[in-house]
Amino acid sequence: MAILGALNPMLTVGLDGDKAWHLADYVKRGGYTALNKVLAGEKMTQDDVIGVVKKSVLRGRGGAGFPTGLKWSFMPRAFPGDKYVVCNSDEGEPGTFKDRDILLFNPHAVIEGMIIAGYAMGAARGYNYIHGEVWEVYLRFEEALAEARAAGFLGKNIVGSGFDFELFAHHGFGAYICGEETALLESIEGKKGQPRFKPPFPASYGLYGKPTTINNTETFAAVPLIINGGADAYLEAGKANNGGTKLFSVSGHVNKPGNYEIPLGTPFSTLLEMAGGMRGGRALKACIPGGSSSPVLPGSIMMDCTMDYDSISKAGSMLGSGAVIVMDETTCMVRALERLSFFYYEESCGQCTPCREGTNWLYKIVHRIEQGQGRADDLDLLGSITTNIMGRTICALGDAASMPVQSFVKHFRDEFAYHIEHKKCLVPPDVQRAGSGFFKATV
Amino acid sequence: MLTPESLKRIDREIAKYPPEQKQSAIMAALAIAQEQQGWLSPEGIEAVANYLGMAPMAAYEVASFYNMYDLKPVGKYKLTVCTNLPCMLSGGVDAGEYLKQKLGIDFNETTADGKFTLKQGECMGACGDAPVMLVNNRRMCSSMLPEQIDKLLAEFE
Repeated sequence: MAILGALNPMLTVGLDGDKAWHLADYVKRGGYTALNKVLAGEKMTQDDVIGVVKKSVLRGRGGAGFPTGLKWSFMPRAFPGDKYVVCNSDEGEPGTFKDRDILLFNPHAVIEGMIIAGYAMGAARGYNYIHGEVWEVYLRFEEALAEARAAGFLGKNIVGSGFDFELFAHHGFGAYICGEETALLESIEGKKGQPRFKPPFPASYGLYGKPTTINNTETFAAVPLIINGGADAYLEAGKANNGGTKLFSVSGHVNKPGNYEIPLGTPFSTLLEMAGGMRGGRALKACIPGGSSSPVLPGSIMMDCTMDYDSISKAGSMLGSGAVIVMDETTCMVRALERLSFFYYEESCGQCTPCREGTNWLYKIVHRIEQGQGRADDLDLLGSITTNIMGRTICALGDAASMPVQSFVKHFRDEFAYHIEHKKCLVPPDVQRAGSGFFKATV
Repeated sequence: MLTPESLKRIDREIAKYPPEQKQSAIMAALAIAQEQQGWLSPEGIEAVANYLGMAPMAAYEVASFYNMYDLKPVGKYKLTVCTNLPCMLSGGVDAGEYLKQKLGIDFNETTADGKFTLKQGECMGACGDAPVMLVNNRRMCSSMLPEQIDKLLAEFE
């Protein structure tokens, strides 16, 4: 179990033991009661369901934080013909591993959320797109789907309501870009995962050209909680404009890396404490609060933040997917950025020139600085490349590649300048080596 | 080319999509062909394309776009080490170097006995268990410090 701690949990309640993921256990802890309430008990209308989700201020847990209820309301429900709901479990944003655990330990919450979403938006079919590298998660979800089908929660005439819904798992095969929702749709259609030009948005032209809504795994998993407990209770579990709890994936230089569920608005310092504090008691140097695409923040700024969309945004970054990458004083910021820049260069789909060429140049330049071959004007050059990528591409990968570069150079400019001037790291190599903890003898 | 067993598995994938959208099964079908052959040969890609009724070039576009398809033969055990930042902070890069030294090969190379291929991977979505490695695209290995790596390699002896 990699969900290591929780504060007033909602999503991860009762997930102890090996069997907790099974349908029988899920039902025992109140599972599928939300579905029954919507379809049979209270016979909620589509508007009722969307209204409750709107009121709860559930915001998309995949990274963008877009209000879920509002997104659902964009679907042309009365439009005749096929419509789809799609779950984005293509979790590849460096630092993020929460959806993996939701699908492993609580898959029926996602299934129930998707069925309710399907009903609310008039969709009879759904797909869950699962990240390529996590094969066991895909197998687990397939098993959970079989359980739900056998119990009559999927298929025809669900709980006697006359509503039909089918759900399938689609396994990715290694492409970060497929986490972008339109690239994900292209991928399900059996093509290269290259993002589509928008508009039209998926709500009008989605999977197979039909109206489609895509939400993150954690977002769907929150839906049954909102239906059962009510919108107000969910909103109050977090803070104003930031409803509910959220799973945070804490990685890097902490003693207990793992997933932690906390109410939105919890201080970062509390989360850090839950994760066992800094490894070796070293000082916090920097933190990437929302996955590799969100701007890095110096440790001192981070310690003043609370973990919610508004606080992190005010500090100059993004809550993103809730992937908290913690870096201590043994980290060379140039080397850290070099690795991230390599990632975006590798994963650019190549469709838009500014991103395809720009990510290559970003990596080349950060690489040469790291190698002690940086030039005096390289930092300005990096800045100019990022401004020439941002806003000039079809999807957000170009921006995602640029924001780390801008923020690393902004907050740690001295360290980059030192590299260029002295042709070596400010942090000595043996200190960096000790920081990773790989070679125990050196720690 | 494709065994009856592979075709049966591909049929199960096709059934997940609307009848006129067989192409949606391409990713799974290519993965199945790769599993059968050990890698994805041009003939394998063409066989899959023909079975799904799509142009071989369209199938090749998919095969060459996603990282986990091996368009060249690989060793019996393909080890993919994540070196992305969260893993790097906990020894992902060191794990890569350690494996290079142990196996005597660089990234994207195969040992002379055809047993191991070493790859550098991107985020596998398991950063809490860093450093992580993937064996043959399927088996995720967590907390791969020297002792665990030695144990894994011994298992493949």
